Amino acid sequence: MSYLELLRLASPEAVVVFTALVVLSVSLLAKRAVSACGFVAALGLLIAIGAVLLLPRSATLFGGMLVITPLNSLFKIICLVLAFFTILLAQAEQTLRHPGEYLAIILLATVGLMLLVGSEELLMIFIGLELLGLSLYVMAAFDKTDIRSAEAGLKYFLFGSISSAFTLFGISLIYGMSGTTGLAAIAAKLAVTSVQPLLAAGIVMTLVGFSFKIAAAPFHLWAPDAYQGAPVPSAAFIASGSKVASFVVLGKIVLVGFAPVQGSAGWHAMVAGWSPVLAALAALSIVIGNLLALAQSNVRRLLAYSAVAHAGYTLIGVVAGGRDGFSAALFYTTVYAITLVGAFGVVGVVRRETGGDDFSNFSGLASRSPLLAGCMVIFMLSLAGIPPLAGFFGKFYLFSVALRSGTNQGLLWLVALGLLGSFVSLYYYLLVLKAIFVEEPAITGARSFDHIPPGRLQQATVTLIAAAVVFLGVMPSVLASRILAAIP
Amino acid sequence: MIAWTIYLTFAGAVMSLLLPRLFARWIALLTTIAGLVLGLIVFVGTPVADLAHFTTIVSLPWVPALGMNYHLAIDGVSLTMVLVTGIAAVSTVLFSWDIDHRQNEFFFWLLLVVAGCYGVFLSADLFLLFVFYELVIVPKYFLIAVFGSTNKEYGAMKLTLYSFFGGMFVFVGILVAYVSAGTLDLNQLAQFQFSSQLQSWAFPVLFLGFAVLAGIWPLHTWAPTGHAAAPTAGSMLLAGIVMKLGSYAGLRVAMNLFPQGFQMWSRWIAVLAVIGIVYAAAVALRQSDLKFVIGYSSVSHMGFVLLGFATANALGVSGAVLQMFSHGVIAALLFAVAGRMIYRRTHTRDLGKLAAMNLSQALPFAAFAFVVAAAASMGIPGFSGFAAEITILIGTWKSYPAAVWIAGAGMVLVAAFTLRALKQSFFGEKGSDVVMQEGRVATGPDWNQQPTITIPEKIGACMLMLATLIIGLYPKLLLDRILPAVETMRFLK
Repeated sequence: MSYLELLRLASPEAVVVFTALVVLSVSLLAKRAVSACGFVAALGLLIAIGAVLLLPRSATLFGGMLVITPLNSLFKIICLVLAFFTILLAQAEQTLRHPGEYLAIILLATVGLMLLVGSEELLMIFIGLELLGLSLYVMAAFDKTDIRSAEAGLKYFLFGSISSAFTLFGISLIYGMSGTTGLAAIAAKLAVTSVQPLLAAGIVMTLVGFSFKIAAAPFHLWAPDAYQGAPVPSAAFIASGSKVASFVVLGKIVLVGFAPVQGSAGWHAMVAGWSPVLAALAALSIVIGNLLALAQSNVRRLLAYSAVAHAGYTLIGVVAGGRDGFSAALFYTTVYAITLVGAFGVVGVVRRETGGDDFSNFSGLASRSPLLAGCMVIFMLSLAGIPPLAGFFGKFYLFSVALRSGTNQGLLWLVALGLLGSFVSLYYYLLVLKAIFVEEPAITGARSFDHIPPGRLQQATVTLIAAAVVFLGVMPSVLASRILAAIP
Repeated sequence: MIAWTIYLTFAGAVMSLLLPRLFARWIALLTTIAGLVLGLIVFVGTPVADLAHFTTIVSLPWVPALGMNYHLAIDGVSLTMVLVTGIAAVSTVLFSWDIDHRQNEFFFWLLLVVAGCYGVFLSADLFLLFVFYELVIVPKYFLIAVFGSTNKEYGAMKLTLYSFFGGMFVFVGILVAYVSAGTLDLNQLAQFQFSSQLQSWAFPVLFLGFAVLAGIWPLHTWAPTGHAAAPTAGSMLLAGIVMKLGSYAGLRVAMNLFPQGFQMWSRWIAVLAVIGIVYAAAVALRQSDLKFVIGYSSVSHMGFVLLGFATANALGVSGAVLQMFSHGVIAALLFAVAGRMIYRRTHTRDLGKLAAMNLSQALPFAAFAFVVAAAASMGIPGFSGFAAEITILIGTWKSYPAAVWIAGAGMVLVAAFTLRALKQSFFGEKGSDVVMQEGRVATGPDWNQQPTITIPEKIGACMLMLATLIIGLYPKLLLDRILPAVETMRFLK
């Protein structure tokens, strides 16, 4: 294995790291740093996507530390696209005093995502998690003029570092019991030995760490403050890229690494293993997320609690397990991430124009900016699962897979809970839309958006994302069949 | 060709949103007329024998990995529903002709509802049907919450949440059918033998989910509040077609897929239907808001549809389908008169206040239309309501003789509240403080600027009256197409 070969196989990551360094130097040299850095960063991400497309179909380096499979490549592209949208949204964010550094950190976080997605070895996964986590803590606290941003960063950091400790401890226990950190090797080991209590503890602790990353209840407490306080692009990235990558890894760890100890979460056939644990987390997330979202009057907090609920829905797919379950979960989380970036884009514009993101800031948006209002309708209804939008197909796919798995429709209880949750969620998503469409503008001095040039790029981005959400709803097989085909 | 009703209406919706304001209502009118004309062409052009089976029109793979197809089909029942959708849609647009507030948006939501309804009536794939079914829910929210009156936000939210609540049960039922049979094609599903244990619980879940939208007692309370809060066009569509989505899907999906489950539960559906007929009529008798009276009358009439289904014989079910057509037309006419002709000119729907106006002198055309609508609604022979309800009652006599007596009592109550509403709204004693003049009623300082009943309104009302009269005089026109289609369904006893 020569270094040249390594560089070839890790070229997408290398391109992104290189872009981050270029962005940093450009920000020192260029006069109009914001747009120059943004351009370089966006270009770098596009090149990285090209590099991913040029990778061989499959390759394994260092016993699974860096693995190239169709699935990994697909999700590297999805992460890069999400980062690309985040960078476009960051262009209009004027409160950030050091745009070059901010963009460089986004790029480093993207590298973390790619490592996370592209590895099937626990140590490498942990390194990816840490690189991602540390970048996200900084991104959350980046707005130095806003005290809430500092709060968001600190909270995210405290919860995040504790959960990292859990993950690491869990990994060390698993290593101790199985003598390996490669996922496939762990599975082979688990298949022949009985589950000891220490191993169970290791598995649960690893799951705790990931539950934090995907904001599943009861490990969701950081989410509302982080979503609300962090700069809008950071929040969008935390809610989208970080979540997608975490689900990919979580799915791989439990479905590949812990496959022999799946257990069963069927109503009358509970068998100990990770799937009842995840089922409990899913149920709790759906209930807590949806109920708490009902009481919110701030759109970003509402999105945060709804994110908890969506993590719950997605977990249903993982609990269902198998190729279909994993593919449904990945489809759902991808669609969710895209939708949420768009929703945060709208929040970003509204926040810039009216100085806040409460319901009252959104009131009368339909008359101020019909375009943004229309996009927000698409995002909210997709999250609520209304056809013909992508979220609806995602839910149908997820629930049908869950019902089909196991014997005698054992997961019906989880599906019923999920449906009840999405029924509740329609109410609060409609509240947002009610503010936008029905209520009169409450903020005086809120201007019509069409006259503000910097918003153009943001509006175009949001419109593009909205079009993607509609497209994925009408033609879901474009993405769904790719994901399904990529899963071995 | 009939598939173009869906595409044209969707295209019309998008165009009316994007093109300048000036065009919005013309586009809406043209697309709805095109839909009606397409329906009529197919109605005239298709041999009756072809309508006995659910014949495929379009079938394209959609999501092959999950077995979803874009599959449309038509039979006599679907065609009847497509026709009533076309008639109600055209008249709805005519009655919204002078909407001036956010016009583009209004017609966008309106056409979206219509397109979704066409889609449901023509779908032969369970997933596709559900997509269209749920698609209709949200536009209704905006139609009511943005353009409505009286307590509109509450009414809109209640209606949306009730619909979505029903949708949740439908979702479970569809998933169970899909997962057990492994297909989503309605024709294949209708041949599949589901285990009777599954049918016994999946049928009520699915049927009840659909029946929420059809206004089944005791889940009907969204209907009167929703109708009262909606703008006229909204109530016309809601009562005219959207409520039929529930009953149509109940017939097409729930009863067809789970015949054994249906036979187990049909007795209870009959009980709920009869209670609905009598209860809603009794409540309507005590309402003071004209729109609430009509709203409850809708629930009562939809009770007849459910009763027809519950009979499980070809005559009763065909009568129910005919009743769906008939009520679609009559409800649209009643709401048009109450919401548009009366409310817009007097700014009140309170029967007590209307009684003091003696509107029959001021608005003779409105009075004429309302008399016709009331007669049709009461089931006077010669109008479609009579033809439909008598067919249902004959069918019921074979299955549940006792129910005929109670439903008959319900019909008397319907006549009572309709006559009461008719008398108070148009033929009350004239009070001294209301000024009026031929065609106008004094409501404000500018009252003499107000238009009399406009030409579009007259055309719309005449269309609806004509439809109820034609079917009333010659019900064979539709029954010949409905009956064979119903006879091929396998839930019949």
